[in-house]
Amino acid sequence: MKIVIVGCGRVGSTLAENMDAAGHDVIILDVKTSAFDRLPETFKGSAMRGDGTDEQVLRQAGAEGADVFLSLTEGDNRNVMAAQVATETFGIERVVAKINDPVRAAAYAELGVVTLCRTNLMVDAVGKHLKLAMDIGPGIDTPASAGHAHPHPRVSSRASAEPDKTEAADAAERG
Amino acid sequence: MFVIVVGGGKVGYFLARELIGSGHEVVLMERDRTRAMQITEEIGSIVIPHDGCEGKYLGEAGANRADIVAAVTGDDEDNLVTCQMAKHHFDVPRTIARVNNPKNEHLFKHLGVDEIVSPTRMILGSIEADIPVQELLHLAALGGGELELVEAQLRDGSPAAGRQAGALSLPEGCSIFAVIRNERAMSVRSDTELRAGDKVIGIGRTECDGELQRILLGTEPTELA
Repeated sequence: MKIVIVGCGRVGSTLAENMDAAGHDVIILDVKTSAFDRLPETFKGSAMRGDGTDEQVLRQAGAEGADVFLSLTEGDNRNVMAAQVATETFGIERVVAKINDPVRAAAYAELGVVTLCRTNLMVDAVGKHLKLAMDIGPGIDTPASAGHAHPHPRVSSRASAEPDKTEAADAAERG
Repeated sequence: MFVIVVGGGKVGYFLARELIGSGHEVVLMERDRTRAMQITEEIGSIVIPHDGCEGKYLGEAGANRADIVAAVTGDDEDNLVTCQMAKHHFDVPRTIARVNNPKNEHLFKHLGVDEIVSPTRMILGSIEADIPVQELLHLAALGGGELELVEAQLRDGSPAAGRQAGALSLPEGCSIFAVIRNERAMSVRSDTELRAGDKVIGIGRTECDGELQRILLGTEPTELA
């Protein structure tokens, strides 16, 4: 698989290392060249300095035709925007955006973006460890689990349609 | 009207001040506390010292009854998220985003932002208007950003110069309808002969830009860096 990762932090670099070792074609971007120090010397993929929200940068990096796009920078909004560029401009099917703010994560899951929320993941993990019930959203929220599956996560289509109709239309499309 | 302005930089500050001056109800959101306090001292307690991208604070600012949310920070991604949260989480009828990278204009429109304002594009437009250019000049975006009004200044050697308008094979959905010649506007018929020095005004789908430019001017569009 061709995998694009935006953000070479701890999570991004570790994922890149593992996916590269598993034989996937990995492209990783970060705005700081020093971030690539986290990658092992054995890394065979491509590492490029650049802003992952910029369509032209992504094109130059070779994001076109990618199977998976993971947006994992420290900025929730940057991740949201990069993910939407990946979906809308490049038509990449499997896109995940890290959004650490649970409210925003849930909102974007409703809009069709698969969101990864560290806050939820960690609270959930602590709760499980201590065997205490936690009132927390899912760590990975998908449009389906949010109850608003959008076959084509196109935000603008939602804006123009009435919510009820949109849901009904989606249900019909899913069969 | 009730307007929420997100971003307390120069643009947000003066925008809020002008809006208040014209009698509108305004809440300004600025996440930098020092800057927020400074604005409060200058124009009164209309400032919420929080991030306008965060649903919780956008709600506290009164987004569910706002007529307009204007996101005018210097960061495109923040402006996009603010408008999307306002639109889809609070059903704000009208969202306006400042776009700094002109490349993001199309994306923002596509993702549901109602109106975009691009300072970069505006300045670029006025520079292009002053110097002789071999490119199409973008005059305005119409029809929700899908159509564009453009101007091409023909020169000696431009492929369209010396030809009748009807003889040009324009891309589908594009048309040229006016010419400015010697400072005077005239409408274009199919037998109008275009001349070097003419400013040809046309309208067409945004993606036809390149082709229109090749046909009229014979030059390749340059990518904006």
